[in-house]
Amino acid sequence: MKPAPFDYVRPDTLAEACALLAGDEDARVIAGGQTLVPMLAMRLARPLRLIDILRLPELAGIREEAGAVVVGATTRQAHAERDPVIRASVPMLARVLPWVGHPPTRNRGTVGGSIANADPSAEIPLAAVTLGAEIMLATTDGPTSMPADDFFIGPMLTTIGQGECVSAIRFPVWPHQRIGVGFFEISARRSDFAFVAAAAQVALDDEGRCLDVALGVGGVGDRPLRLDVSCLLGTKLDAASVSEAVNTASLDMDAMSDLHASAAYRRRVASVLCIRALEQARGNASAKSWKGAR
Amino acid sequence: MKVDLRINGTIHSADIEPRKTLLDALRENFLLNGTHAGCEHGVCGACTVLVDGEPVRSCLMFAVQADGYDITTIEGLAPAPGELSVIQDAFCETHGLQCGYCTPGMILSAHALLQHTVTPTREDIVEAISGNICRCTGYGQIIEAVEFAAARLRIANTPRPQHGAPHHAQADQPIAEPK
Repeated sequence: MKPAPFDYVRPDTLAEACALLAGDEDARVIAGGQTLVPMLAMRLARPLRLIDILRLPELAGIREEAGAVVVGATTRQAHAERDPVIRASVPMLARVLPWVGHPPTRNRGTVGGSIANADPSAEIPLAAVTLGAEIMLATTDGPTSMPADDFFIGPMLTTIGQGECVSAIRFPVWPHQRIGVGFFEISARRSDFAFVAAAAQVALDDEGRCLDVALGVGGVGDRPLRLDVSCLLGTKLDAASVSEAVNTASLDMDAMSDLHASAAYRRRVASVLCIRALEQARGNASAKSWKGAR
Repeated sequence: MKVDLRINGTIHSADIEPRKTLLDALRENFLLNGTHAGCEHGVCGACTVLVDGEPVRSCLMFAVQADGYDITTIEGLAPAPGELSVIQDAFCETHGLQCGYCTPGMILSAHALLQHTVTPTREDIVEAISGNICRCTGYGQIIEAVEFAAARLRIANTPRPQHGAPHHAQADQPIAEPK
């Protein structure tokens, strides 16, 4: 349980970090290290050089933009969990964060680290895909970005290339007044990897009709999946419509099979959790008054 | 690499290989053996230390990453040699330990909780120690010990700084999620 030797570099700027990464294919980024260090300890990863980006000032912090909240890549999960801006404007992220690891790992683990790690059952990538977040990247040619849905391409696989580094995640903020989120997860123990996780966010008008809806599942496929339930727009999210929409949307959903859960089990649980998440989201949204501030 | 670490209020310097975890540096370089090595890959919580007042796993952090932070180990909690902190004393009194292997991590996790939560609920305590595995007690007496320590600290009216102020004030109010 001791890592193989490596060089440790702590660059002063993001550009320097990208240049180091571009020039060395055996280099890896380390930030919180809550997934990477166990991999190193078990020697499942043996990079020759670690580039520590945790203290780069341009990567930290949470800021509000028009119609979005931008969460810096090295923002600690524990910090994001308690952040008033995230609670108010990206409630889904605030809702899933307590399910990410344990308090001690959230104190070190970063939001961007979970995104770059791309575990198919991880909650932060699920929230990013479900809400249609943008992954912002720093490259040697300057900043670029891409939709979360395109960024994740498989288990622990992203489109990120050599010399690139996740710099921030841009979560869209819904303009509606009555927004509710729902989240359910099944795992062997609390805070273990999810066999299935489902996240939903809905916006309702003053009569309880659905103005906007987003639904996603994690742990089922080889990456987080966003389900198309746009047929629910305009409905009152009654049980029959919700279950029909979920069943239609999850018909051709790819599911993984492993020692812990079969593909059939995952698919079945995914449908149930999606329905529950939508119901919980509707309940939370209707509890908010139409006139009340978010 | 030359590393200067601030541990329990004292600066310690050592030449440490980058691959050495903070856990191993604490135990081998600085002889602070109260921090226990358990699984060494971030599962058990035996190696928990406080970094800037918040619990983290010292096996998931390299010593070279730890400069500039305020590191507190179990050795740093007692007010004076031969004495026990209120939480340590509560663990003794309520039999919150058997073999003692998980205890330093449990106490540091509890310490961080009670630094910013004056009246923790049972759920707060369970969440705070959820990253620490104990194979002896079944957790019952550990939770009792933390409740007991919290009550004593309230009576003693010990002033407690709100670590990292604004977000902790928020943390005491869980998100209202009506069923």
